[in-house]
Amino acid sequence: MRDTFVKTLIELAKENRNIELVTGDLGFGVLKPYWESCPDQFTNAGIAEQNMTTVAAGMALEGKVVFTYSIGNFPTLRCLEQIRNDCAYHEANVKIVCVGGGFVYGSLGMSHQATEDLAIMRALPNVVVMAPGDLVEAEAATKAIAAYPGTCYLRLGRGGEKRIHDHLENFRIGKAIPVKGGERIAIFSTGAIFEEVESAYNILTEQGHHPAVYTFPTVKPIDADTIRHCAKEFNLIATCEEHNIVGGFGSAVAEVMAEMQSKRAFLLRIGMNDQYGTIVGNQKYLREQYGMSAEQIAEQIARKING
Amino acid sequence: MSKGHAGTALYAALAEMGFFPVEELKTHYANGSRLSGHVSHHLPGVDFSTGALGHGISAAVGMAYAAKKDGKKFRAFAVLGDGECDEGSVWEAAMFANHFRLDNLVAIVDHNYMQSLDFCENTLELEDFASRWKAFGWNVEEVNGNDHAALKTAFGRIESYDNHKPSVIVADTVKGCGIRFMQNDILWHYRFPHDGWEYDCAVNELHKVKPDGVEDPYTPNGIPCPTLPAETDDIGNDHTYSYTWDTTYPEQMRRVTAGPGTSEKIKPVNHT
Repeated sequence: MRDTFVKTLIELAKENRNIELVTGDLGFGVLKPYWESCPDQFTNAGIAEQNMTTVAAGMALEGKVVFTYSIGNFPTLRCLEQIRNDCAYHEANVKIVCVGGGFVYGSLGMSHQATEDLAIMRALPNVVVMAPGDLVEAEAATKAIAAYPGTCYLRLGRGGEKRIHDHLENFRIGKAIPVKGGERIAIFSTGAIFEEVESAYNILTEQGHHPAVYTFPTVKPIDADTIRHCAKEFNLIATCEEHNIVGGFGSAVAEVMAEMQSKRAFLLRIGMNDQYGTIVGNQKYLREQYGMSAEQIAEQIARKING
Repeated sequence: MSKGHAGTALYAALAEMGFFPVEELKTHYANGSRLSGHVSHHLPGVDFSTGALGHGISAAVGMAYAAKKDGKKFRAFAVLGDGECDEGSVWEAAMFANHFRLDNLVAIVDHNYMQSLDFCENTLELEDFASRWKAFGWNVEEVNGNDHAALKTAFGRIESYDNHKPSVIVADTVKGCGIRFMQNDILWHYRFPHDGWEYDCAVNELHKVKPDGVEDPYTPNGIPCPTLPAETDDIGNDHTYSYTWDTTYPEQMRRVTAGPGTSEKIKPVNHT
């Protein structure tokens, strides 16, 4: 996913000389194609994310389209006030890119597990929050935020994510993507957990369920129309995110459903159960530890729909 | 341990001190291990979880400050990276520590001249690093950080200061010291020695530079019949990045270099 992002950004940067990539001293082996292609549109700001973010705001206010890049929580939580006051409040054209959403860097420990970023970034006015689910969504989201005039947050996986969509038509910020049609159950997925959701879909189908599947590459603005439609159409909506269940994608869906006068569906939020990642291990292992493997997703949904 | 990514070294020391079995070191980076890539306080012997840079020194300042308030005699030690000193919070801590006269605080900066993509001087210039600490009011000891005796002497000298200031040991080091194929090679910021030539040669090279009196109870005679690298292995190549970054900005950002696979110190790059 990060390589797709870099490849897409190179294409965009060659066309638009105002695009700038600023890294917080990370991207070894990843960003090289970018700086070799567009050396004049690349900056290493060092291990200094607060300064990096407001420098990006300053550059943006002078007409640049600035992508800030780091891993885990470093481009977001480390410099949250700089994002809030200097980027978002000024509607500065800064695109904050995190490689390693969720458990990507799980073996490095809690500091590198980004499990509250969606919630925190979602709480900031004027910030678009995107978490693409596969390589196709990552490319489309990169292009969309580059074209969007304002502050955006792009949460990426690392590598090895599959290409799940064949192609995407009419990709737009704020629109969910229907992946499978179905009945009774609708599964909503955001970010790289999509691969587990896809496998969970297969498990549920084998069990005789026919879930619909939607991906939400945009967490904010949330696609309220799709949520409302599904809440009337289906009996169960299950949200999946590699993230704390507090404040993130599931909460965004819950907010829309809670304000509906009448609806059929009830909600199941699948994610980390309001805890830190004290266990270390690879991404697959940690998904299992925190109940987000394909089997566990399918099991939770089946249990809920079967009452 | 403010430079939380140096967990491997701390884990080895803690295991040898008996905080947990030496055998557990083999779980480092494995699923379910307590030995995460960056240190966690869930492991006995680790006082403070780090992994995001520029936190550990502030925590040490807090501990030293509390000790002062409570009239306790313990001291706080924090090990930092030089790249870590890019973080503004390090200098906030440095100011606080001097202002509150925390002479019970010792920072040790592993000044290995490298950070994650390149040499520090090619990333954000540190310039005269020791005088920066002096300007913040600290007592500064500059030593060869790869020399245990020199470090011990520096720790001893710190005892003699009576000006109520915090002290920093600027430990001048070579990253990967003593292992020729690792020295000054940024690739080894990321890599572990894998089984085979990387591990065998690393152990044997360390044996060659082992100070007198230091014993290796696990491989006392080194690795007999070590696997050797093939000609095609990636040794002695420059994995830093700024030399590939050919900007038209008026000033060149690549200021220094040092031969990968050598123990030489950084030297200026002549842009002509």
